[in-house]
Amino acid sequence: MLITNLQARPVVLLLCLVAAGFGAGCRQDMQDQPRYEVYETSPFFADKRASRNLPEGVVPRGYLRDDDHLYLGKIAGGAGGNNTGAAQQGGAVQTSQTAEQNIVGGRLDTNNAVASPGSASTQSDPNNVDTFPFPVTEEVINRGQERYQIFCSMCHGLTGYGDGMVVRRGYKRPTSYHDERLRGERVGHFYDVITNGWGSMPNYAAQITPRDRWAITAYIRTLQLSQGARLEDVPEAERRQIETGNAPVLPGGQGTHENESGARGEGNR
Amino acid sequence: MPQIFHRSTNALSKLSIVVGALLAVGAIFTLLVLDRSNYNTGAFVDVQQPVQFSHKHHNGDIGIDCRYCHTAVEVSSSAGIPPTATCMNCHTQIWADSPYLEPVRESWRTRQPIQWVRVHDLPDFVYFNHSVHVAKGVGCSTCHGNMIQQPLVHQVASLKMEWCLECHRQPELFLRPKDQIYNAEWQPPSNQEEVGLRLKKQYNVMTAEVLTSCSTCHR
Repeated sequence: MLITNLQARPVVLLLCLVAAGFGAGCRQDMQDQPRYEVYETSPFFADKRASRNLPEGVVPRGYLRDDDHLYLGKIAGGAGGNNTGAAQQGGAVQTSQTAEQNIVGGRLDTNNAVASPGSASTQSDPNNVDTFPFPVTEEVINRGQERYQIFCSMCHGLTGYGDGMVVRRGYKRPTSYHDERLRGERVGHFYDVITNGWGSMPNYAAQITPRDRWAITAYIRTLQLSQGARLEDVPEAERRQIETGNAPVLPGGQGTHENESGARGEGNR
Repeated sequence: MPQIFHRSTNALSKLSIVVGALLAVGAIFTLLVLDRSNYNTGAFVDVQQPVQFSHKHHNGDIGIDCRYCHTAVEVSSSAGIPPTATCMNCHTQIWADSPYLEPVRESWRTRQPIQWVRVHDLPDFVYFNHSVHVAKGVGCSTCHGNMIQQPLVHQVASLKMEWCLECHRQPELFLRPKDQIYNAEWQPPSNQEEVGLRLKKQYNVMTAEVLTSCSTCHR
């Protein structure tokens, strides 16, 4: 009896191994569980999308747009006490709200959120605010620089002259930020253009969050300030370095403290 | 009673034990190798897509940041596949008549999303989150390889648990500075372990005990 057991043992072991080999990977129930992953197809819906758009009128947590200054960049008559646009107020605000609602309703199907280029307005809204909805700190400027380089520099160029790579490849050249008209625009205008598009520029409402749009606006102001700077704006101690041509080149066009305080001042003027 | 077996069978029987053992070991080894092979894991197999989109061109030649399209990578578990609208940001004017882009324009016209083919498919019992990885110093190319060299996207990793654990056991070998996360061509410096340990502390990366705990990735 003992001998038989000993003889059978390797055979049983080998059989177990072979069975394990054949059995492995036969069932994928754990790998593919009966639930939907992001972007998975679903045979249940006519358009085969498991990720559904929110029903109309639903406001997801964190998407309540109850602050016009922050979310629209517009206040009736603008923040500068300019009332000339009061008559247009209704229409202008309506347009912006539609775009905002599209972000809410169309986060997964952002086809909805983009107005076709060319349909955007071509005259800046007099209701645009001229102040930032939150304090512009160094952190905000740095965030703006990062977001600007991701989303804007492709066309507007790293310094804002409108010579980005996509423009060099044939896209319509945007107006330079250092153009007289754009230097005089209110900050709400830049927010408005990012949110709703302008001329050939599509809107970036689906790609950039409202706070980031303001951060980018602050960085655009920084660029305008730095590109329009005169020698007198440089602290006396560092002026000599520029005159002798030994000025240190900052990596990636890092905003200096000089720029930052300037942008803040300009934003709050 | 005459002997049934010839004397030489003694040697043969001894030999068969050795050969049998070697065969068993060989079989197990082969199974393990096959399991890890690119044939099984799908690594380095180019995946054909409905549009001939090239990361090499868009990211490498043009220099578009990963986050221009994968906007959710910093805030969500999924990095996000861009909607057709993102393609049309540029392609209303650039290559607007190209036959290669007809599937994109068709999607734009019909408002039906492009059906991209998934390249990286983790088992459903793994809960991977992009945002925590990029926030803690793991760059895109650590898992996805150099996208600038991938006209067609393929996996560069086995996506096996042992591969995940390589980093979860010793994250310091892979962590990089925040400004290098989206650099597809980043290479670890010669003193990576030293830098990595510093970054690990700076980013408050959990201990290996926590990172290798079952419930970190499985729920």
